[in-house]
Amino acid sequence: MVVTQAATRPAALEMRGVTKRFPGVVANDHIDLDVRRGEIHALLGENGAGKTTLMNILYGLVTPDEGEILLGGKPVTIASPSDAISQGISMVHQHFMLVPVLTVAENILLGEEPMANPVFMDRKGAHTRIRELGRFFGSEIDPDLRVGSLSVGWQQRVEILKALYRNADILVLDEPTAVLTPQETKEIFTVLRRLTAEGTSIIFISHKLYEVLEIADRITVIRRGKVVGSRIPSETDEDDLAELMVGREVQLTADRGESHPGEPMLTVSGIQVKDDRGHEVVHGVDFEVRAGEVFGIAGVAGNGQDELVEALAGLRKPSGGTVQLSGRAITGATPRRMHNLGEGFVPADRHRFGLVLAFPLTDNSVLTSYYRPPFSRGLVRDDDAIRRHAEKVIADFDVRTPSPTVPASTLSGGNQQKVVVAREFDRDLKLLVLDQPTRGLDVGSIEFIHRQVIAKRDAGAAVLLISAELDEVLELSDRIGVMFRGRIVAVMDGRSATREEVGLLMATGGREGPPPIIAEGAA
Amino acid sequence: MDVVLHLPVIGLVLQFLGYLLSVMATNGQLIITLSTPIALGALCGFMNERSGVVNIGIEGMMLFAAFVGWYVAALVNGGAPTTNPGPLGLTFPLLVGVVAAIAAGVAVSALHAWLSITVRANQIISGTIINIEALAITGYLNLLISQNPIPSAGNFQSFHVPAQAASVPVLGWVMTTFLGHGPITLTMLVLVIVLQVLLYRSRWGLRSRAVGEHPRAAETLGIDVIRLRYRNVLLGGVLAGLAGAWFTLEYIGTFQGGMTNGRGFIALAALIFGRWTPIGAFGAALVFGIADTLGQAVQFNPPTGDLGALLSGVPEQVFSALPYLVTIIVLAGVVGRSIPPAADGQPYEREAKAT
Amino acid sequence: MTLRRIRDASIIPALAIVLALVLGAVIVIFSSPLILGLDFTLPLVAYKALVEGSFGSFDGVISTIVNAAPLILAGLAVGIAFKAGLFNIGAQGQFLTGGLAAAAIGAWLAHAPGIVAIPVALLAAIAVGAAYGAIPGFLKSFTGAHEVVTTIMLNYIALYIVAYVVTGPLRAVGATFARTPDVGNASLPILVGGNGHLGVVFAFIAIPVAWWLLYRSTIGFEIRTVGAGPDAARYAGMRPRLLIVITMAFCGGLAGLAGAGEILGLTGYMPAGYSTNVGFDGITVALLGQAHPVGILFAGLLLGAMRAGSGLMQIEAGVPAQMVDVLQGAILFFLTAEILVRYIFRIRARSAKVSELQTVAETYGGQAAP
Repeated sequence: MVVTQAATRPAALEMRGVTKRFPGVVANDHIDLDVRRGEIHALLGENGAGKTTLMNILYGLVTPDEGEILLGGKPVTIASPSDAISQGISMVHQHFMLVPVLTVAENILLGEEPMANPVFMDRKGAHTRIRELGRFFGSEIDPDLRVGSLSVGWQQRVEILKALYRNADILVLDEPTAVLTPQETKEIFTVLRRLTAEGTSIIFISHKLYEVLEIADRITVIRRGKVVGSRIPSETDEDDLAELMVGREVQLTADRGESHPGEPMLTVSGIQVKDDRGHEVVHGVDFEVRAGEVFGIAGVAGNGQDELVEALAGLRKPSGGTVQLSGRAITGATPRRMHNLGEGFVPADRHRFGLVLAFPLTDNSVLTSYYRPPFSRGLVRDDDAIRRHAEKVIADFDVRTPSPTVPASTLSGGNQQKVVVAREFDRDLKLLVLDQPTRGLDVGSIEFIHRQVIAKRDAGAAVLLISAELDEVLELSDRIGVMFRGRIVAVMDGRSATREEVGLLMATGGREGPPPIIAEGAA
Repeated sequence: MDVVLHLPVIGLVLQFLGYLLSVMATNGQLIITLSTPIALGALCGFMNERSGVVNIGIEGMMLFAAFVGWYVAALVNGGAPTTNPGPLGLTFPLLVGVVAAIAAGVAVSALHAWLSITVRANQIISGTIINIEALAITGYLNLLISQNPIPSAGNFQSFHVPAQAASVPVLGWVMTTFLGHGPITLTMLVLVIVLQVLLYRSRWGLRSRAVGEHPRAAETLGIDVIRLRYRNVLLGGVLAGLAGAWFTLEYIGTFQGGMTNGRGFIALAALIFGRWTPIGAFGAALVFGIADTLGQAVQFNPPTGDLGALLSGVPEQVFSALPYLVTIIVLAGVVGRSIPPAADGQPYEREAKAT
Repeated sequence: MTLRRIRDASIIPALAIVLALVLGAVIVIFSSPLILGLDFTLPLVAYKALVEGSFGSFDGVISTIVNAAPLILAGLAVGIAFKAGLFNIGAQGQFLTGGLAAAAIGAWLAHAPGIVAIPVALLAAIAVGAAYGAIPGFLKSFTGAHEVVTTIMLNYIALYIVAYVVTGPLRAVGATFARTPDVGNASLPILVGGNGHLGVVFAFIAIPVAWWLLYRSTIGFEIRTVGAGPDAARYAGMRPRLLIVITMAFCGGLAGLAGAGEILGLTGYMPAGYSTNVGFDGITVALLGQAHPVGILFAGLLLGAMRAGSGLMQIEAGVPAQMVDVLQGAILFFLTAEILVRYIFRIRARSAKVSELQTVAETYGGQAAP
C-alpha cells in the first residue's frame, strides 16, 4: 500500500548518467537513480560497489566526470556540501561526521550558527530549537553533553538531528545500521518512518538484505559501479537480491559443519583491563575457548572488546585476572611470547596494525616472524628465504598482486587482508584471535576468509572471533558470548541463538529498561 | 621557624621558594616583558594548530620579522635623530617598522600555508625550512648591511604609570606590572583575552575548533576547511610578526643574528603546556618568563645567606640555560595529559577516495 | 641499487638544486647594491668561485672531502632517525658534546701514545654523543615529550655546557682566549693534502655500515618498521620505546664522532665560542639524500663542496659565505615543494619525499607516547 503511494509521488531527486572515474577504477558508470517525495529508497550493493561515491557526488564531496542531477525536476550544480545543504540535502555518513570533543549543540549548529550579533553565537535560542526537534522525534537530548561521551546509537541520532536542524528534504543515510543493535535499528527505522510521513525523502544505503527488505519502498542495486536492477520489496526476496548484488549465486551462510571441541586452549579468568585514559573497561571476564571450536564475541562497539583483544594479544597489560594458553600462564606476556607459544592474531585495523603499508609484501609476510630462522640468523636477514615465503603466501591465499615486491598499499583491501590472514594462519596454531577479520571486504573475500577460519578450526585450533557484524558472529561461531559494558553477560550455543536474542542482550545486557545514552567508559 | 630554615635541604628549598617569590614580586614587570615573545609566538601557534596546522617555524618567522621591521624602520628613519616621539615612544618610522614586521610575518606564513595546506607537504619540514632559511637570509643580509651600518630608529617606550597610582598598595603593583609596557606587550595582553573569548563564543572559534579536530566533518557541513586554515595561518603570521617587532622595535632596538634564541620553540612548549588555549599559553609563557628573570636576578641581585652562598657557586651558564631546561621538564611532565587537536599536523585532502 | 634507481631517485633533488641556484642568483643580484653596486653578473662570478674553490684544485677537492665528512655523519645522524620516524634536530648538540668529550679526553691523553689516545678520545666522543642523543629518545619513549622541541632545547643547553667547561674547569692555562688545552698526540694523523685527516675515513666507512644495518639486519628492519608503522611494530612484537632510545643513541654517536673529527682532526682544541651549523646542515643532507645512506653520501659531498668553495666565493665575489646557508634553505624549499619542480620542468619523476616523516608529524600532533 505504501509502495503504490510512493510510486505515484513526484520525483524529489533524479540522477542521470552519473559517471566518476578514479585512477584504475570506474566507481560510477552512467548511474541513473530517481527518488520520490516521501519514499525510502534503498541503494543496495557490496562494499566497493560505488554507493558511497554516488552519494558523495550528490553531497558535493566528489565532483562527477559526467552526468546531471535534478532536484524537483530542475537541473542543479552541487559543487560543495554547502550547495547540497542549501538545496535541502543532508547526509549521515557511514563513519559519523561528529566532532567528539564538541557538545551536541556545537555539532548540530556547526556551519549554520545562529548569531546573537555579528561576533557571538546565540546559544540559548539554538538550545531551545534542538530540544524541540529532539522532542518531536523522540530523541530529546541535553545539548551540552559532549558527543564523544554518547553511545553509538545516540551519536546516530545527533547525526539525524543535524539533518533535521537544516530542514532536509532529502536525507542520505550511508550504512546507518552498521554499528547499531537490532533494537537500536528498529528505533531508527521508526524515526525514519516519521520523517517520510512529514514528506522527507530518504536514501538508505546498505548491504544488508533483510534490512533493505524491511524498510525500503524501492530498492536499486549497484554492482561494480553500475545499476544492475531495481526492485520493490514485495516482489523480491533475499536470494534474488543477493544474486543481483554479487552477480552470481551466493551461499548466504557458510557451511561450518560439525565442530569437535577438544581441550580448553585459552582460559580467561576474571580479566580486568583499563583503557588509555586509565578507566577500567573490562570488569572481570571469564571464558574459555577449546581446541577445534570457534568462540564468537558479539557486542556493540565500545563495550570493552578492543581492550580485551589487546590484552589477549599482549598489546595491553591486564590490571587483574589471569590468562592461560594450553595450561601456561600468559597474563601480561609480550606479543612476541604469545606468538612463540602458538597464538595467531588478525588485528582489526590492517592499515595501522596488521601491515606496514609502505613495505613490500615480502617484508609484510614475515612481520611477526622476521626474527627467527629461516628468515634471519642472529642479526642477519635472509632475503631469499623471505621472498620464497612471500611467494608461497601469495600462491596459497590467492593474493592478487603483480609482484611480491610491491608495497602493501597498492593492493585492494581484500588482498591486503588476505596477506595478514595468510601470515597468521600459515603455521600450526594453538589459538587464533580474529578481530573484525572481514571488515570492509567484498563478498568474495569474506567467503574465502570464512572458509579458511573453518579449516583452521577443523585442524584443531581454538578460534576466538570478535566482530561488530552480528551476522558474522552468528554464521561462524560454535558458541557465542555477548559482551556488554565490559562483561560477558551470556554465553549461548551458536547454532540455536537467534539474531533477536543476541541483539537484545547486546543492547541491554539482559537488564530491563531503555538502552543507555552515555557510552561505557565515558566520564 | 629559625631551626627549619637551617635544616640543610628543606631549609634551602624554603629559602629558595622565598627568594623566588620575592623575585616574582619585585620583577613582575620584567617577567611579563620577557614572556611577550613567547606568548605571542604561542598565540601564533594557537592560530595554526587549533585549525590543524602544525607550525614549528615560529622561530624563523619571528626572526625574519624582527629583521625586516628593524631594517625598514631604520630606512624610513634615514638616520635622523628622533624628534618628538608620541606616547609610548611612538614615531612614524617605528610604526612603519611594525607594519613591515607584520607583513614579513604574514608573508612567511603564506609560504607555510601554501606548503602545508595546498602542497600538503610535511608540516614539520615546512617549519624547519622556514627556520633554516630565516636564520640564513637574515644572517646574510645583516652581514652585508653591517658593512655600511645605518643607525636604527630606536625603540618604543614603556607606559609610565603615574607615581600616585603606582604607590597605591596592591593596585599600584598590578598597574605597573601589567600596564608598564610598550605597545606590543600591551597588545599581547589584550589579544590573549580577546582570543580566549572568541575561541569559545564566536562562530570563528567554533569552526576553527571543528576544523582542527575533524576537518571532514566540518566540510560536510559546508565549511571551507582550506580557506579557514589559510586565514588562521595568515592571522598567525600577524602575531609572529608582532613578536618579531617586539625584539627589534620594543625590547632592544637593534638587530642581532639569531636574536630570537629559541623563543619560538619555547612558544611551542608553552602552547602544549597551556593546552592549546590563549590564557593557558600566556600562563605557560609566564613560567618561562620567570625562569628567564630568575637567571638575571641571581646575577644582579643575589639572595643572602646559605642560599646566596650556594647559588653564587652555580655557574652562570646554568641560569642562562634555565628557560631551555624548564621547557624540557615541562614537556616531559605534561605532554601525556595535554591532548592536542585531533587533526593537528594532518594535511587535508578535499576529494574523497573511491570506496 | 642499480644505476636506474639512482637516476630515478636523483632527478627531483638535482632539479631542486638547479632551482635553488637560480633563486640564489636572484638574491645575490638584489643584494648586490649592498656589496659593490648593482651587478647582474655577480652570481656568475660567485658560482664560478664556488666551483673553483671546491673542485678547481687538488687542495680544493681535499677541502671538499674534509668538509663533507662531518656533514655525512650528521646527515646519517638525522637520516637514520628519520627512518625510525624521529626528527633528530639535535645533531648539533650531539656534535658539540661529542666534540667537547674528544677535546677533554684528548687534552688529558695529550702525552700518551697516539695509538691509545686517539681511540679513547674517539670512543669518548661517540659515547657522550650517544648519551646526549639518548636523552630525547628516552623523553619521547617514556614521557611523550616530542623530540622536535626537546632536541632543539638540548642544542641550546649544549652551547652553555661547552661555554661553561671551556671557560671554567678545562680552560687552557696561558691561552690568549678561552679554549681547552691542545689534544697533542690525540690529534688525528693527516693522511692526504693539507688537512685530509683520519676522521674523514670514518665518515666514508659509516655509509656502508649504516646501509647494512638498515636494510640487511633485523634491528634495521625493526627501526624501519617503527618509522613506517609504529602500531604495526608493537603488534609484531617489536619494542618501539626501546628502539627509539637505541636509534637516537646510535644517531647521537654518529654526530659525536663528527664532532670528534673536527676537534681532533682540524682545530686540535675546543674554543669557547665554537660555532657550527652542522646540525642544520645534517637536516639538509638527510632530506636531500632521502634518508638513504647512498643519497646522504652524495648530498654530503655536494654540501661539503659548497662549504669548501664558500671562502673563495667571499674573496673573489664579495658574497658572504652565509650565501651557502641561503642556498641550502632554498634547496630544501624546492625539495619540499617538488610539485613546483615538476611543474617548471614539465616532468613526471619519482617523489623525493621521506615517507617516514609522516610519523614525525603524526606523533607531534596526534598521540603523545609511542
